[in-house]
Amino acid sequence: MSQLFLQQYWWFLVSLLGGLLVFLLFVQGGGSLIFCVGHTPEERSRLVGATGRKWEITFTTLVTFGGAFFASFPLFYSTSFGGAYWVWMLILCCFVLQAVSYEFQAKQGAWLSQKSWRRVLAVSGLLAPLLIGMAVGTFFNGAAFTVDKSAIGALPGTDFSPVISRWANCWHGLDALANPWNWVLGLAVMFLARVLGAMYMVNNLDGEETLRARLRRRMLIDGVPFALLFVAFLTHVLTMDGLASNPDTGIIAAEPFKYLHNALALPAVTAALLIGAVLVLTGMALTWLRPGFVRGIWLSGTGTVLAVLGLLLLAGLNNTAYYPSTANSACSLTIENSSSGLFTLQVMSAVSLLIPFVLAYIFYAWRAIDKGGKDKNY
Amino acid sequence: MYLLESIGTALIDWSRAQFALTACYHWLFVPLTLGLALIMALMETQYVRTGEAFWKDTARFWQKLFGINFAVGVATGLILEFEFGTNWSNYSWFVGDIFGAPLAIEGIVAFFMESTFIGVMFFGWDKVGRGFHLASTWLTGIGATLSAWWILVANSWMQHPVGMELNPLTVRSEMTDFFAVAFAPEAAMKFLHTVSSGWLTGAVFVVAVSSWFLLRGRNGRTALASMRIAAVTGLVSGLIVMGTGDQSGVNIAKGQPMKLAAAEGLRQGGPQAPFSIVPGIEVPGMLSMLATHDFNGYVPGIDNLLDGYTAPDGTEHLSAEEKMQRGKLAVQAFSKLRAMQGDSLATPEEQAVANKEYKENLPYFGYGFISDKEQLVPPVWLVYWSFRIMVGTGMALMLLFVLVAWFSRKKGNLAERRWLLHAGMWCLPLAYLGGQAGWIVAEVGRQPWAIQDLLPVNAAVSSLSPQAVQTTFFIFLALFTALLFVELRIMFKAIREHKAE
Repeated sequence: MSQLFLQQYWWFLVSLLGGLLVFLLFVQGGGSLIFCVGHTPEERSRLVGATGRKWEITFTTLVTFGGAFFASFPLFYSTSFGGAYWVWMLILCCFVLQAVSYEFQAKQGAWLSQKSWRRVLAVSGLLAPLLIGMAVGTFFNGAAFTVDKSAIGALPGTDFSPVISRWANCWHGLDALANPWNWVLGLAVMFLARVLGAMYMVNNLDGEETLRARLRRRMLIDGVPFALLFVAFLTHVLTMDGLASNPDTGIIAAEPFKYLHNALALPAVTAALLIGAVLVLTGMALTWLRPGFVRGIWLSGTGTVLAVLGLLLLAGLNNTAYYPSTANSACSLTIENSSSGLFTLQVMSAVSLLIPFVLAYIFYAWRAIDKGGKDKNY
Repeated sequence: MYLLESIGTALIDWSRAQFALTACYHWLFVPLTLGLALIMALMETQYVRTGEAFWKDTARFWQKLFGINFAVGVATGLILEFEFGTNWSNYSWFVGDIFGAPLAIEGIVAFFMESTFIGVMFFGWDKVGRGFHLASTWLTGIGATLSAWWILVANSWMQHPVGMELNPLTVRSEMTDFFAVAFAPEAAMKFLHTVSSGWLTGAVFVVAVSSWFLLRGRNGRTALASMRIAAVTGLVSGLIVMGTGDQSGVNIAKGQPMKLAAAEGLRQGGPQAPFSIVPGIEVPGMLSMLATHDFNGYVPGIDNLLDGYTAPDGTEHLSAEEKMQRGKLAVQAFSKLRAMQGDSLATPEEQAVANKEYKENLPYFGYGFISDKEQLVPPVWLVYWSFRIMVGTGMALMLLFVLVAWFSRKKGNLAERRWLLHAGMWCLPLAYLGGQAGWIVAEVGRQPWAIQDLLPVNAAVSSLSPQAVQTTFFIFLALFTALLFVELRIMFKAIREHKAE
């Protein structure tokens, strides 16, 4: 198998993990809803219990997403994490606070009151999807970094400076906040996480018709801004300039309507994106319009995975710079110039054959618990 | 356009401090996860075998404590993984080809297993069959242990880089032999040593909590039954810790002689090197025995390593200055080869010369980034005392388990031996102290190397302002300390309020 094939395969896997991660942000979104939907501590307990013990899976998906990116595209790992320092640190803190507040809010003797831990759960559940969305926004809108692989040839001296990947300003990632289009995607992901969280709870809360009715209403309130923001971002992406790399020379240059060209050149990817978007919207519409309908999470969840997969594939395939540099476009990262070596990609591809097996046992284990009856009280 | 910030000691020190902080806190939670995973699985196995409700309750009690401890371990682990990218950017690119793979495999193979089956373990009682539940409990522990395997493979590779080639054209180390990386004997040793020390910690934890119950005359049956299982677990894992520790000593003597010399505070080495118990008390020849399994074995000291020495078998070992010189040549040849790439003016002869120079000096590549030979010596006092704390606490714990095992026989009257129960409680902090000290020996002892002989920390770090890293250091310090504090409160409350009978 050629290097390019494996690079594309791993970009596909990373994109798929990204899609699964955004879907699993329903745990965060669900956490952010508990005060809007639950009016009493008991109701909030049922809402928190409804997302069940799923945070570990979201967490693990983030870790695996990071590990897979590290193994397959290490130059992204070193450039983005070491450069956009503050954004990633904030994302990590949000995930940590989300996990521990979920655990602590149900425990005796947790120092802060249950209500305080639930506030932490709600706030971190809002911020994590927002920041992840903004970070993904930079895959299209670019970030201010430079890469100079020769830098490591520096020898000790007065201005010893061997670092390959550098940030071109002192904001170290906070500069992403200055681009409104990053906000558009960040807010879209935030509202999507809430929509998915509401749908998951609707599916899970058997016999809790009052809560279900409130969740449906809340889903619509969050769903409308999500849909508007998502369509706006998609329109922006399809009309903006992108950076294309010449497959023969590796030279990177701007190309008008690059992502639109990608969408036309990659019909399967476009289909995934569009089918995904339609599934998300259908799930929302049915949940709102048909009071007995509880399977919205299946439709919208699958749709989320497909849509994010499609969006990320548009960013990286067809000789596109998936991490454009606004400081020096020649430094932009493509799947070709940022990947690990052929042998590592081969080894990792062999390991990736385990992924269907992993998905199968997750599915089997969850079904086994759900068949035995759902938790009413956590 | 912007200023190239040069890499100063403040940045390196704060980056190291942040990584050390995260790793230390991570290792406060992980050993208990590993240890309790084994013990609670053994108890649930007893339940499935005997069908006695008593074993089910006992297993569930320890699983509850496992659950309280679990989240913070996972949370600190997440930060640790991403800190490779955020704070060690050059490192991440330079060895991502090799280092990323175990991390990704850890996620795919181990973490999903752990996080899926922990759900079944906690929410599956009375919902899934006994056999499936028992399997889930074991799989939770196996997942945790497998994740330890892969991250320790990665750590071991940093200390003992194998299965790779440094490619000047792509400017990184490339993996050439996956099995050499994944199944290196050093990695196996490190894995066994680390995981069995986790089992040891879990066993001490169970002994300590049970002792507390017995001293208060509560939950006697749970406490005694738990202590029996813990004593056996502790004895077996203690023996593994000692055996693998001994073998690790031999590995370190071969691959990281400076770490060994620092751990012994040995300035001048030689054959029949003495082992220092504490300053002033030495056992002649013992260090040679431990490091080479031969009383006459040659062990170089710090000064020998810096000044260069000739081993008894006649092998010349270069001085630090010479290594630094050769390292500079290697780095220069590395740059030259990269510059020649696509340069049609470079003749094949010139390329061959550069290639020869590069290959000859390659073993000293990392020394090219060292400006002063004193940088090659890790903080001796810290490594020296950590080593003694690690070994000393390990021996104290072995003694404890022998006593607990002896008195927990039917006629042993363990519940009446209050001195031993007190000792059992006080040994718990010792176990944690020993574990922390062990990691200090391993990680401080290998300074300045991020990757042994290949990449020192000053060439591995991210280009950030020291103030930024300092800020996140204090944020993490406050966050982790708060999490530890809350976890301890929840844990104490759960133990205090446990009523089995």
